Amino acid sequence: MMAPRLTPYLSRLSTLVNGIQSRSVHGIAPLTSAVQSPVTKPEGRTTATLIPGDGVGPELCQVVMDVFKSAGVPMDFEERHLTELYARRSDTLEEVVESIKRNGVCLKGILATPDHSSDGELKTLNMKLRDELDLYANVVHVKSLPGLNVRHKNVNMVVIREQTEGEYSALEHESVTGVVECLKIMTRDKCRRIAKFAFDYATKHGRKKVTAVHKANIMKLGDGLFLRQCEEVSAMYPNVEFSNMIIDNCTMQMVSNPHQFDVLVLPNLYGNIVDNLAAGLVGGAGVVAGESYSSKSVVFEPGARHTFSEAVGKTHSHAPSLGQPTEPRQPPVLRQHGEGGRR
Amino acid sequence: MASLTRTARLFSQFRPVVHGARAIIQAPNVSQRRSFTASQPFPVARYGGRYTVTILPGDGIGPEMMGYVHDIFRYAGVPVDFEEIQITKDSTEEEFDNAVICIKRNGVALKGSIESKYGDVEGGSRNAQLRTQLDLFANVLHCRSYPAVRSRYSDIDIVIIRENTEGEYSMMEHESVKGVIESLKIITRRGSERVARYAFEYAVKEGRKKVTAVHKANIMKLSDGLFLETCRNVAKEYPEIEFTDMIVDNTCMQLVSHPQQFDVMVMPNLYGNVVSNLVCGLVGGPGLLSGRNYGEHFAVFEPGTRNTGTTVAGRNIANPVAMLNASCDMLEHLELNTHAELIRNAIEKTVNIDLIHTADLGGQATSLDVVQNVIKEIQVNTKDNHW
Repeated sequence: MMAPRLTPYLSRLSTLVNGIQSRSVHGIAPLTSAVQSPVTKPEGRTTATLIPGDGVGPELCQVVMDVFKSAGVPMDFEERHLTELYARRSDTLEEVVESIKRNGVCLKGILATPDHSSDGELKTLNMKLRDELDLYANVVHVKSLPGLNVRHKNVNMVVIREQTEGEYSALEHESVTGVVECLKIMTRDKCRRIAKFAFDYATKHGRKKVTAVHKANIMKLGDGLFLRQCEEVSAMYPNVEFSNMIIDNCTMQMVSNPHQFDVLVLPNLYGNIVDNLAAGLVGGAGVVAGESYSSKSVVFEPGARHTFSEAVGKTHSHAPSLGQPTEPRQPPVLRQHGEGGRR
Repeated sequence: MASLTRTARLFSQFRPVVHGARAIIQAPNVSQRRSFTASQPFPVARYGGRYTVTILPGDGIGPEMMGYVHDIFRYAGVPVDFEEIQITKDSTEEEFDNAVICIKRNGVALKGSIESKYGDVEGGSRNAQLRTQLDLFANVLHCRSYPAVRSRYSDIDIVIIRENTEGEYSMMEHESVKGVIESLKIITRRGSERVARYAFEYAVKEGRKKVTAVHKANIMKLSDGLFLETCRNVAKEYPEIEFTDMIVDNTCMQLVSHPQQFDVMVMPNLYGNVVSNLVCGLVGGPGLLSGRNYGEHFAVFEPGTRNTGTTVAGRNIANPVAMLNASCDMLEHLELNTHAELIRNAIEKTVNIDLIHTADLGGQATSLDVVQNVIKEIQVNTKDNHW
């Protein structure tokens, strides 16, 4: 009884299907893409510099290499050893810098800094490397991992830190006996470029708000300059909201209500503190990845900078912080066909 | 309004670092007269070796073409990200302002053409507005024959440099008495001088021999006269480059009968528009060549003849070569020369050796055939690449 009633529907259906087929065969519909993703794998290979660093760095780098091997990542590592603890085992800074400049990409463990410098040098090796490469912008993406039992769930913010000036100028002197002056340097151009970096980052990653963190109520000139440059740059980004917050309040807000933050931009020392604080919110130094950018190269490293030397050889150190930057967040310079589609 | 002027003041202080036109503009007497201060550099969007550029697909075939560019960039491993902004003929003033701001902060844009409405008195041409607001004074069109494309002449190699912000495109028209319309053509010494200087610097840099100024100074003795006089004055500073001038009507005639005599040509806005379309026609139509727009701060790249191609939109028959060439120009401007060369070679091979031509060149291939062949070529050449 049902069959005759269904026939007209079936015939209509078949004409519909035919219609669709014929359209697709002739390809008349507007085509804006020449290929369908996912596409074939890249056949070329990429080379990156690898600095294992101190503490658990070498173990974790081995883990990364194992993971890369099983995932078939088309990447070769050029290993360079840099350490301040055993100066004679270290490659020279020039060699390392040359390698990173040539490759454009580097995966790096943390370099331990001895409290007392052997040669009276105030700059640490980390700082020298950053200055040589002009790695001015440090990005730490603080994101809750659903499987970790921590106080705050669903935290998702980006901390952007200027790391070539400010308190890290390494200019300290004893002008009168018993009086030490430590110079904090703020320059307009560097403030402006970190502000623009933060807004460009927000635009590119679809973030809505940038918060400048400062202490301009006390350091009216130095931090005031930073704040003013951020304000000026924000005028060019009408689609990104801009706000500012004083550093002490910022730390309080962060532990009580971290969900209000989206992208934060900070001068050097504040950035250092907030990076660690934020990392603590989502599970500690082992799970947060960081990336340092210059205009030409990028260095991926753990976000909170601890060598964790207590854990060396105990196989319980946490790999994600070193694995993260290279795995789900493939170095952006390298995003090629195939790799890029997955992000 | 106050915030707008503040923004404008702000921009005038910014100065991107990597700009093709910059080196050329640094001739002393021009830079002294510049109204902005170059003391505060504003960095371009380049982080960790990756660039962000603004993409304005525009109307007509623009969106399709941008899709192709996207695919080809991905295959060629180009470290460029797109910030796409849709501006069409129906966009509001605010959307348009956002697009301009976006180009200002990225420094570089790749652009399709935006359709201009004829009848609408209120809005001027969006394309012209964009060029004026970004002060893109020099339009450079390098017209070179493709050996495999059938055309009347096979050995054309002309560079057309067109003043892009003043002249007939001043968008000042009014009816002073009923039935009488006055349309103002503005020629300034400053505008003429910077484009003339650009032309000569270009000739020096690219090893060209001759610069021809095109004008109509026999009729418009004052305005075109000023342009010509300025060109002559600038020419005196470049004794190694031959300088000639030619009246625009004669130029057109000479171009279709004996185009080999031209090398670099410099001209005011409207003549540039007419002459560049004419030369594009000589080498094979609107689908091949790309144009570059340079200002002191910003650069915008687009297909050379600025057609929207509404009639062929969405039918998979438009020639993608012009937009692909424009994207290569952009890569060269960003100093991504290996990537530019990789793509350009693939295009040349597709057109000249594999002979995959779309209908406008007398072939039967679709847009996708061309793009897929370019991609295939890129894949072959990147097989054992170490990026």
